[in-house]
Amino acid sequence: MAEYSAFSLLKNALAGNKDWKPAWRKPDPKASYDVIVIGGGGHGLSTAYYLAKEHGITNVAVLEKGWLGSGNVGRNTTAVRSNYLLPQNTRFYEHSMKLWENLSHDLNYNVMFSQRGCLNLAHTPAQLDDYARRGNAMRHLGVDAELMNVEQIKRLVPALDVSGSARFPVLGGLMQPRAGTARHDAVAWGYARGADRRGVDIIENCEVTGFLRDGGRITGVSTTRGEIRAKKVALAVAGSTSHVMQLAGISHMPIESHVLQAFVSESLKPVIDTVLTFGMGHFYISQSDKGGLVYGGDLDGYNSYAQRGSLPIVDEVMSEMLALFPGLARVRMLRSWGGLCDMTMDGSPIITTGPLPGMYLNCGWCYGGFKATPASGWCFAYTIAKDEPHEFNAPFTLDRFYRGLIIDDKGQGANPRLH
Amino acid sequence: MLITCPYCGPRDVIEFTYQGDGNRERPQPPSQDLDAWNAYVYDRLNPAGDHNEIWQHSGGCRAHLRVVRNTITHEILSTAFARGGHKSADNRAEGRS
Amino acid sequence: MSPRRTETGGRIDRLRTIRFTFDGAPYTGHAGDTLASALLASGVTLFGRSFKYHRPRGLLAAGVEEPNALVTVLRGEVREPNIPATMVEIYDGLVAVSQNRTPSLAWDIGALNQLGGKILSAGFYYKTFMGPVIGPLKGTRFWMFCEHFIRRAAGLGKAGTAPDPARYERMNAFCDVLVVGSGPAGLMAAKAAADQGVRVILADLEAHFGGSANWSGESIDGMPAADWAQRMAAQLAGNDNVRLLPRTTVWGYYDGNTLAALERVTDHKEVAAKGEPRQRYWAIRAGKVVLATGSFERPLVFPGNDRPGVMLAHAAERYVNEYGVLPGQRVALFTNNDSAYRSAVALKKAGAAVVAIIDVRSDVSNEMRRLASDAEAELLAGHAVVATEGGKALTGLKVQRFDAVSGSLSGDERSVHADSLLMSGGWSPTIHLASQAGAKAEWDSSRQAFLPPKPTQRWIGAGAFTGSFSTAEAIAEGRAAGLQAAGGAALSAPLPVVEAVPGDPDPAPVFEIRAKGKSFVDFQHDVTAEDVRLAHREGFVSVEHLKRYTTLGMATDQGKNSNVPGLAIMAEALGKPIPEVGTTRFRPPYTAVSIGSLAAERFGDLKPERLTPMHDWHIANGARMYSAGLWYRPMIYGLPGETVEQAYVREAKATRDSAGIVDVSTLGKIAVQGPDAAEFLDRVYTNMFSTLAVGKARYGLMLREDGLAFDDGTTWRLGEQDFLMTTTTANAGKVMQHLEYFLDVIWPELKVTVTSVTDEWAGAAIGGPNARAILASCVTGTAVDNATLPFMGIVHGRIAGVPVMICRLSFSGEMAFEVYSGAGYGTRVWEALIEAGKPFGLVTYGLEALGTMRIEKGHVTGAEIDGRTTARDLHLDWMLSKKKPFIGSAMMDREGLIAPDRLELVGLIALDNRALNGGGHIVEALDEVNPHDSLGHITACCYSPALGKYIALALVKGGRARHGTRAFVSDPLRNRFGPVEIVSNHFYDPDGSRMHG
Repeated sequence: MAEYSAFSLLKNALAGNKDWKPAWRKPDPKASYDVIVIGGGGHGLSTAYYLAKEHGITNVAVLEKGWLGSGNVGRNTTAVRSNYLLPQNTRFYEHSMKLWENLSHDLNYNVMFSQRGCLNLAHTPAQLDDYARRGNAMRHLGVDAELMNVEQIKRLVPALDVSGSARFPVLGGLMQPRAGTARHDAVAWGYARGADRRGVDIIENCEVTGFLRDGGRITGVSTTRGEIRAKKVALAVAGSTSHVMQLAGISHMPIESHVLQAFVSESLKPVIDTVLTFGMGHFYISQSDKGGLVYGGDLDGYNSYAQRGSLPIVDEVMSEMLALFPGLARVRMLRSWGGLCDMTMDGSPIITTGPLPGMYLNCGWCYGGFKATPASGWCFAYTIAKDEPHEFNAPFTLDRFYRGLIIDDKGQGANPRLH
Repeated sequence: MLITCPYCGPRDVIEFTYQGDGNRERPQPPSQDLDAWNAYVYDRLNPAGDHNEIWQHSGGCRAHLRVVRNTITHEILSTAFARGGHKSADNRAEGRS
Repeated sequence: MSPRRTETGGRIDRLRTIRFTFDGAPYTGHAGDTLASALLASGVTLFGRSFKYHRPRGLLAAGVEEPNALVTVLRGEVREPNIPATMVEIYDGLVAVSQNRTPSLAWDIGALNQLGGKILSAGFYYKTFMGPVIGPLKGTRFWMFCEHFIRRAAGLGKAGTAPDPARYERMNAFCDVLVVGSGPAGLMAAKAAADQGVRVILADLEAHFGGSANWSGESIDGMPAADWAQRMAAQLAGNDNVRLLPRTTVWGYYDGNTLAALERVTDHKEVAAKGEPRQRYWAIRAGKVVLATGSFERPLVFPGNDRPGVMLAHAAERYVNEYGVLPGQRVALFTNNDSAYRSAVALKKAGAAVVAIIDVRSDVSNEMRRLASDAEAELLAGHAVVATEGGKALTGLKVQRFDAVSGSLSGDERSVHADSLLMSGGWSPTIHLASQAGAKAEWDSSRQAFLPPKPTQRWIGAGAFTGSFSTAEAIAEGRAAGLQAAGGAALSAPLPVVEAVPGDPDPAPVFEIRAKGKSFVDFQHDVTAEDVRLAHREGFVSVEHLKRYTTLGMATDQGKNSNVPGLAIMAEALGKPIPEVGTTRFRPPYTAVSIGSLAAERFGDLKPERLTPMHDWHIANGARMYSAGLWYRPMIYGLPGETVEQAYVREAKATRDSAGIVDVSTLGKIAVQGPDAAEFLDRVYTNMFSTLAVGKARYGLMLREDGLAFDDGTTWRLGEQDFLMTTTTANAGKVMQHLEYFLDVIWPELKVTVTSVTDEWAGAAIGGPNARAILASCVTGTAVDNATLPFMGIVHGRIAGVPVMICRLSFSGEMAFEVYSGAGYGTRVWEALIEAGKPFGLVTYGLEALGTMRIEKGHVTGAEIDGRTTARDLHLDWMLSKKKPFIGSAMMDREGLIAPDRLELVGLIALDNRALNGGGHIVEALDEVNPHDSLGHITACCYSPALGKYIALALVKGGRARHGTRAFVSDPLRNRFGPVEIVSNHFYDPDGSRMHG
């Protein structure tokens, strides 16, 4: 009998909901572990989960400086897709997609993964060709993709302005039907619970303040809750990567931390039933199950650790939204927030052994990290367990920049704010 | 955010384009020291704290400015013209938090 | 007169009747009413349905924090959903409808959800709807099936789809002192600052200035506080240095003391005056900000606290004193603090029977006891409400003895007959803007409230915002803050004298009465105290987890009512003090902001349009235009009945047969000038420019620092120190910034200036075997023969009297010339060239024919220089000078950039003589069902009139080595599969004999 089910809900309701167990324990840290994962966000938690599930490594601690899931897993726009241009990215994200498709069952936790599709709108013939290139690249890797014409798009999203008189008329779009959205917090909680049930210690309010070393080798961490030793120390700290690497004596990384704003409207009856992106700017939108429109746009465009955004981006994003949906001008923005994005020099992530002995590194998720959560943890767990990358993450090395093996889906070069 | 351009005075951030880490040092052109070039092109200090960075007043006089700005509070500590080649605008500019 | 309207009082105009409808039924109110006050006066008790259980709900509040009474306002087809009825000022013809109910507010089928009761506890979604592990509903199917219904049941109002005809406006404002909030503190601050002569803006989200003065019933300087406030506002209005912004919500506190505000300009009017926007978005850069934003009264958490008729105590005062409406005839109050006694007196004075004051405290002060007896109310000290009764309106309540220290109930339940229950759970300062500005709030255990943090930006607090809840304190703090903000010295002049009902500002630390029944913490989202405890049991104990797991504080009121009670219940469950549970950081906006206002003038006008000087000519001559970034360019000049392919084939063929002309004004043009200009270009381009003779042009290639191809174009040497660089249309801005960066930051020693001159020049390219003859027939002042104007030569002359610059260069592969003239004369020169071309059958051609001829020649554009290709990939390695370093030279030979399996530029010929598609892929072995192993993709394709074949350019793995081999195009998206031959990208006239002529 699964712990969570319609039956258990009923049973517990009859008992006044007094018997539910904590989703995860709150243990004190032990003196040592086989593996320490620094970072209790989506990627750190999924890493711990797959270390336990796929590799039987359960003597694991996840260290979180604040509350679990306080990073980008809880402050993103929840889109899940694998519609990349370059095969290295597509293979990896498609692996993630497959994990998503069974994640609720795997975790016995409804992460509300809803495959409502992701549609990239094209506004020029050249852009349609670009999307065809990408869609065909996906199809050659066994990933679903379709081109949609204007009539099909109008039927799917009736609120969209597809008139020829729009400043940037919609000419068509690239649809990935299996893409969609998930309930972001639930992903963190589901992985946390799954890892906890397999014996992983999840330790909140435990900030890493330094690394323990034996010669050149990393042998543990010092934290606000004492020293903890481990055979292997894995970093999954996203926007804080540069900071934590500096604690390990590595002063420079091919990463800049940027702020990305996201927005949600007041709750509305269903009006947008897919994930939609605008092609003549940077704008994406979907609607949550609660009815809020969830949307965002470009990075603010400068280094920041502040989790707070600036007005010009707010204005830009809203303008782009109304260029697509002129009927939504009286809908109101209810909340905005900022997330820290660890932007790499080519827009693709890093999942690798090293760079120091005893250390493993997972970072560089730019603003695409949420959809990667399952595969990121899965590949990172493999890399930690086997001391070598899986073929899915083999291209995502740290030295690829220096060797010219860049994976630049947007073709913007070493300019993180443009990826 | 308001940035004070030495030419134009305090202006909204919307008039400026971020040009990144101002600590990077470009190797002298004949150099074939790939490590130095790689460091220049790819490596960033990315501090949580005061950051020495380059901004262009692209919606104004188009001058490049060397700005020291705190990446946690977004407070701007100093601005100066980048032209003249001074690596840092003041002694806090190394970017330690 | 309606049963609930008082005879006198309030600032409504009883002589003016306003007619409106709610849910289709006609109602009347008075000028000055809100929708809430007018409906309340008409006896309406039921205003909305809650989100989850669809419980009937009445008014909780009288201001922005109202969580229950959300309505949709209709203006014709245009809908504005989710507006609190408390914030809608009525006007004649107002049409408002309730939300989230089927079929009607009174009879809502969604209320069946209440039967789900305990199953629908916090987080229940996460525990179910996962469906079977195997079978047709495995994976995400079952959830998506359930979700379909959940989505339809969820959601509040319905958005409109008709385009909003309203106009929105943005204003940038600058001031020395911005005062937010116009209660006594704000008014004093604005006045004090204004008297110092500085520029002041005073903003208040309500229609009338005065804040609590409008309803407190106090007197200031011997007059009713409301009158005092009006007089203050009138004085301020007379100052040139003061801008008053009523109906203006300051909703965001951004970096650099930039604040965002929304002014509702015409929402309260039946018809907007000519030119008035619906709303105005203010971006205010303030020297200093005075935050005088007041405070919110908190609800108490007890069973049945959501019954229509249960209201915040101060809200009742507002309805009575501002709108002349009694929320009930028999009123009971339930409180943990002194402020409700003032409310009781106000209600009594207005004519209501105050049947009881139920105070959780047993030690009620003598002063309060006296107020209770003034109100002729029975005082039940040391009691609590444990239940409420009634359906869609309150009929009574039950009280029990209560021990405020232990929280325990004792004794028999006693019934109190009342149609209105007013509650006060203490007050929370409105610290949202201070929190947005970047600092963390601090808990004050005597006030039982979060007080504003130390400023992280340039603001000063005053009044209730700081936890100083009395009007006298507000007045003193307001004046001091205004003076400080304006840089003035402290004043010794006496402060206005306040006569107020006394009271201790500190409440008893009681937030919840634990008894049987649903006690609501977050009204709109139906989060109960039990849900908070369930979150605790399941470990969701940090404030953020609580919020996210239960959705507490995520409703449209953003926790204004629920945050502190929710925290307090969690703190109790944890056995920790409240500050250890934490508080959430507030983020913009303070209240929801229309998306239209944020888009402002860009609503309906997203981006500027860039038009070439000859744009009107193109339109007049039948060009079909093509959007290219911000530019519009001719795609074809189609003849009647022609397809696009027929048109471009005709245009390209005519060009190669005789001559064609195309508008190239969109190319980026940068003047590079100065003593070091040639040296600079040597560093920027991969090839040499210092060796270029004056009067000659050269094709150049730029790399990025990382060694990949960046942009290409020709650069013309007009003088020893004077170059005109051209870039691709798409990269004009990027190249300009690239050059400026290097000159300003990297090589400040170079004496060079760069100037964007794209818009200064009109450009026309004329090419074909007769191009020279056409030019010769219309150009004066220079010869254009081979000797005077050799390949890549430049001459100056005149066409139609207009000075022109002509360079002989070719993109089409024909004998061709680019003719540049001042932009203002572009059309004149263009028309003269067309006229001169008539005897030769000169055609105008568009981008499609331009593209066709460039594909035939194998030239690259942005489709190939896509940010991922190298010079070698594009067979441009001949341009990489070995004599000098240039940008990218040190990085371009890294292992990944010279790997043998890189995508390289090739040509393709369709062997099945069918059209190819851009973005089609190339494979060695065709598999239409499961396409795999892509070798690369088509970047550009066309029907080539010169070759009589469908051809394409493509980037293909190891392309160089594949010349002469066969492959297949594999385009599953468009179901286009077929054989192709891989050839060199130089399809046509590879040795260039035609352009060298």
